[in-house]
Amino acid sequence: MALLEVKNLDVTLATSRGPARAVRNLSFDLDRGQTLGIVGESGCGKSMTALALLGLLPENGVTTGSISLGGQDLLALDEDAMCGVRGNRISMIFQEPMTSLNPLHTIGRQVTEPMLIHQGMTRDEARAEAVRLLERVGIASARQRLDNYPHQLSGGQRQRVMIAMALSCKPDVLIADEPTTALDVTIQGQILDLIADLVSESGMALILISHDLGVIAETVDRVLVMYGGAGVETGPTASLFQHLAHPYTQGLFAAVPKLGSGGKGKSRTRLSTIPGLVPELADLPPGCTFADRCDLADDKCAGTMPTVHDVANDAGHRVACLKPDDAKSRMATSEAGA
Amino acid sequence: MSVFLAKRFLTFVATLLGASIVVFLVLEILPGDPSMTLLGADADEEAYAALRLKLGLDEPAVLRYFDWMWGMMQGDFGISYAYSVPVMELVWGAMALTVPLAIFAMLITIVVALGLGVFAASRHNKPGDYVVMAFSQLGIAVPNFWFGILLILFFAVNLGWFKAGGFVQWEDGVWLAVKSLFLPAIALATVQAAILARTTRSAVLETFREDYVRTARAKGLTRSQTLWRHVLRNALIPVITVMGLQFANLLAGTIVIESVFSLPGLGKLVFQGIANRDMPVVKDIVLLLAGMVIVVNFVVDVTYAVIDPRLKVHDV
Repeated sequence: MALLEVKNLDVTLATSRGPARAVRNLSFDLDRGQTLGIVGESGCGKSMTALALLGLLPENGVTTGSISLGGQDLLALDEDAMCGVRGNRISMIFQEPMTSLNPLHTIGRQVTEPMLIHQGMTRDEARAEAVRLLERVGIASARQRLDNYPHQLSGGQRQRVMIAMALSCKPDVLIADEPTTALDVTIQGQILDLIADLVSESGMALILISHDLGVIAETVDRVLVMYGGAGVETGPTASLFQHLAHPYTQGLFAAVPKLGSGGKGKSRTRLSTIPGLVPELADLPPGCTFADRCDLADDKCAGTMPTVHDVANDAGHRVACLKPDDAKSRMATSEAGA
Repeated sequence: MSVFLAKRFLTFVATLLGASIVVFLVLEILPGDPSMTLLGADADEEAYAALRLKLGLDEPAVLRYFDWMWGMMQGDFGISYAYSVPVMELVWGAMALTVPLAIFAMLITIVVALGLGVFAASRHNKPGDYVVMAFSQLGIAVPNFWFGILLILFFAVNLGWFKAGGFVQWEDGVWLAVKSLFLPAIALATVQAAILARTTRSAVLETFREDYVRTARAKGLTRSQTLWRHVLRNALIPVITVMGLQFANLLAGTIVIESVFSLPGLGKLVFQGIANRDMPVVKDIVLLLAGMVIVVNFVVDVTYAVIDPRLKVHDV
């Protein structure tokens, strides 16, 4: 049995326009030392999935399905027991390092807090451990930094502090929700490398959420592509990038700007985009969530739940689509043309 | 720090100077001759002239202004026209009532408002929240003089727990003096507490939406741990701003309640001063209130810097 098993996860938000299914029928599992990337546009349910794992959905959210961590069903735990899981067995790093730290508390107080709550350390022990953690995440003169306030640190340093805080109780699962989006490009690589190193050092599992395919390609073993709350394609990173089996994955990939694209003759090509807008969650069709925007879709797609197919011979590479063959042949044509 | 204090002191002096000019000018423009008020309408012309000479009213306005200022700087607050005693004496007597009353009302306001505001926020959109909000709406809507009269009717007339009005001097017993301020303090605090409870509630709710609160929850803090450790202190800034305004308001604006409870406070003194054209009393009290408001603002600014490390004392 895997460390983290998510089965048929559904998150429904009660909105003024009726129930919105923010996550629909999502399943994945993750073992110790494995890294999973979740990709998709804003509003595709990536962050909702992360919050559901922590039991921190907004008050109007309802979760069904099952999330099991080390054989324990997290959805069956009460709030007090979930508090014992958060920050202890599952930790999270957020997108905005500038606002994710409490401006009125010292760095030391914030980094030691999880250890004081979960591990019953004394203040001195926790401070000593905090110094070690801050040094490990690459913060210079860590001891002095303990008494600094967040506004005295740069964005990159704050994200390092967030990472130190998330790792302080040696969690089984680390969720990083767009951890580098708000940082300078020069810092992004450093932070991703740091996360990758820490994951391989500690053997924890990593869920990296990003809309940036480059970040995903470099950091994780497996990828889950989400659209409209549903997982549309999942597989080992190399296989997924090679086959791009789902029309949405193809569109996502084509929308990445590439240096030198267009080749000889055509000096400039327009950047490819996916037509249409991300739909309102409350308006999604009962069938394939991508049907509205998919150029391969026909009448059947919007009304029927897409079937899951294995892609190529790669184990664990699956796509949820009613027309996987059309998508495949299109890929073949575009590759031949390139 | 000393530069900061020096700057604040200069602002203090400049503001007082500005206030003194405005007060003086307004009283100059105000119709009504003090000698007429003091002697009545039937005295003869010579008596008026003699009194004006005695009071120095025949001198040019500029000269009278500088006389006043010069006296103030030497600690001479002048003599009341109406009572013929030093203004200082009248003011001290009134302050011994008004300042403790304002502090008393403010303490009640803070305790009640913080308690109810935090409670309502933690029960957001639940019955507890609705009940607190309904009561605070009522508290804001009810005029305090009317509420004061109700308090007198119920606690003084019907139950006989308190006297219906009047102030027991501090020399006659601290407890009795506090007791005589009890009902007026409640009447004053009701509106203020209702306003401050709303401010507190929305500040706490606002802070609950901050990213760092989500971080605290993701660390494994319970909702109430998050409230006490990560929300309350951060929510205090807007609350303290309103508190400062309210305290200034309580110092200067208690006249109606003083009338309802027949308390000889600053409000009553200044009101009578205006009615009697007792210029030294009015001018001095207005200036004194301006000074107190500036001091309250200063305390509020320093408190900001103590709460929020991002603000250094010299920024405020």
